[in-house]
Amino acid sequence: MGTEKENIITVRNLVKKFGSFIANDNLSFEVKKGEIFGFLGANGAGKTTAVRILCGLSAPTSGEVKVAGFDIYGETEKIKRNIGYMSQKFSLYEDLTVSENIRLFGGIYGISSREIREKQEILLNRLGMNALRNKLIAGLPLGWKQKLAFSIAIFHQPRIVFLDEPTGGVDPIARRQFWEMIYEASSEGITVFVTTHYMDEAEYCDRISIMSDGKIMALDTPAELKRIYTARSVEEVFVKIARPDKN
Amino acid sequence: MKRFLGFVKKEFIHIFRDYLTMIILFGIPAILVLLFGFVISMELKNIRVGVLDLSRDEVTQKITDKICSSGFFERGKDLAGYHELGATLRGGKTKAILIFGEDFSQRLLSEGTAAISIITDGSEPNVATQTTNFITAIIGDYNRELAQTDMPGTLLVSPEVRMFYNPTLKSQFMFVPGVITMIMILICALMTSITLTREKEFGTMEALLASPLKPAQIIIGKVVPYFFLSLIDAILILLLSWLVFGLAVKGSILLLLAELMLYILMSLSLGILVSSIAKTMQQAIFVTLVGGMLPTVLLSGFIVPIESMPEIYQWISAILPPRYFIVILKNIMIKGTGLAFVWKETLILVSFTAFFIVISLRSFKTRLQ
Repeated sequence: MGTEKENIITVRNLVKKFGSFIANDNLSFEVKKGEIFGFLGANGAGKTTAVRILCGLSAPTSGEVKVAGFDIYGETEKIKRNIGYMSQKFSLYEDLTVSENIRLFGGIYGISSREIREKQEILLNRLGMNALRNKLIAGLPLGWKQKLAFSIAIFHQPRIVFLDEPTGGVDPIARRQFWEMIYEASSEGITVFVTTHYMDEAEYCDRISIMSDGKIMALDTPAELKRIYTARSVEEVFVKIARPDKN
Repeated sequence: MKRFLGFVKKEFIHIFRDYLTMIILFGIPAILVLLFGFVISMELKNIRVGVLDLSRDEVTQKITDKICSSGFFERGKDLAGYHELGATLRGGKTKAILIFGEDFSQRLLSEGTAAISIITDGSEPNVATQTTNFITAIIGDYNRELAQTDMPGTLLVSPEVRMFYNPTLKSQFMFVPGVITMIMILICALMTSITLTREKEFGTMEALLASPLKPAQIIIGKVVPYFFLSLIDAILILLLSWLVFGLAVKGSILLLLAELMLYILMSLSLGILVSSIAKTMQQAIFVTLVGGMLPTVLLSGFIVPIESMPEIYQWISAILPPRYFIVILKNIMIKGTGLAFVWKETLILVSFTAFFIVISLRSFKTRLQ
């Protein structure tokens, strides 16, 4: 491996078809351990399909996929133990309290009750949600739900966390705070795989891939992409890639 | 196992915290049983009573007046003779006929006791029973009045009840098996399909599927609480109909419970099947209500006897599991028969269960692809 960090996700010629519709057209990419990998694309570009395959929620039509060192075809159980997942819907139970959600997901990932209790204290203190522990999720503001959902997705200290459009519908300040949490997780050694269609968020990533019509059109660091496409922002890069006819 | 139990516990919290679910689970069954029980049996107002009075004297007149002025009955036709009995009841308006024999008053005075015959229309069993009960009570009243007068000795008018068309009143408690059958489908199929599609709609299903929980564990974990709650529900209905309406189970309670569990399992697997097809809660509700509840109520023999349906409906009814369960319940609860009489129906329910489970497993798998 040398100076290069080891790959934690390897995708080779991944194809996913729904009938005659090709959602993922021959994707190949690697994600390195510890990096924040941005998966960009317009709605319907095939991002979510790819994430679902990487999480073992959906089987690929063909291609090779390895996540956390395990094969997607035979070892989804092992993959699931090593990943965290948060979708755009936040995946918290609205009718359970903050603490009940933590205990539920902690328990599902096989963490002992004592460890859950200890980690819950630390978590709630850090989020400043100590007073809210017995409040139902339904009563929390969106930004808080989102932070909590993320904290729960990495509660079992996964090696990779998949975030599918995690910042949909929240205000810029909450988004900013959310990205601070992502950085924090990343500094703790968790690889972050995040899909988004907010181009400003792409600037925060170590590397980004831009998808359009099921294909990966570009993949590099934000700085390098801006240089190649002579653009001032990732947004401009994206427009040049996704709608070449308009430029 | 521990993670599975935690997951089951979460489902219980969902149920207990949602007052709507609680109402559906425990309120509706209780209300339905009471409603069916009372509406069918207690609607005793202005029941038309015909009179065949061959004695024609003061005493018979008094008794007739007493009955007809009670508020429950209204004086119907005066019959000329026994030959008019059948035609009067068949006419449908008259629900009961009082008959005083020629020597009624004479006997009452000379022997101290005389009998009134009460003939009721057994094709409406609940009206018939209530009518006879009320008339009997009114005559009892009259007896007490007689006892207080200064007439010598005790005089006793004893009612003799006969029911036409359905002399043993077998279908008196028909509504209880029907209600149980309907409620089990409602709770099991409807609630499981709702709870499963809710997870899909809220996106929590994704989170669960991305976790180390296996799909089978997720489904079983979500369904287990409903299994137990439905069982409690069924017992609640049985208790209610016993305490309020006096319907005691004639056959083996153990066999009844076993059959109940089988039927609950079948309904749950139907709910799972619905949830594997439906994408939203609305769809799930629609499919279970239209595909499950309505046919159960209309075609399973609950309200309309299967024998009197047009042939095409009889065929449709043959593919509805509730139809067989009603037969099982009737046999065990009312006739008191054992497994020997219901093994065929039991086997049919087992096959339905297996069929639903296989199909839903398959569609669950294809959805994951």
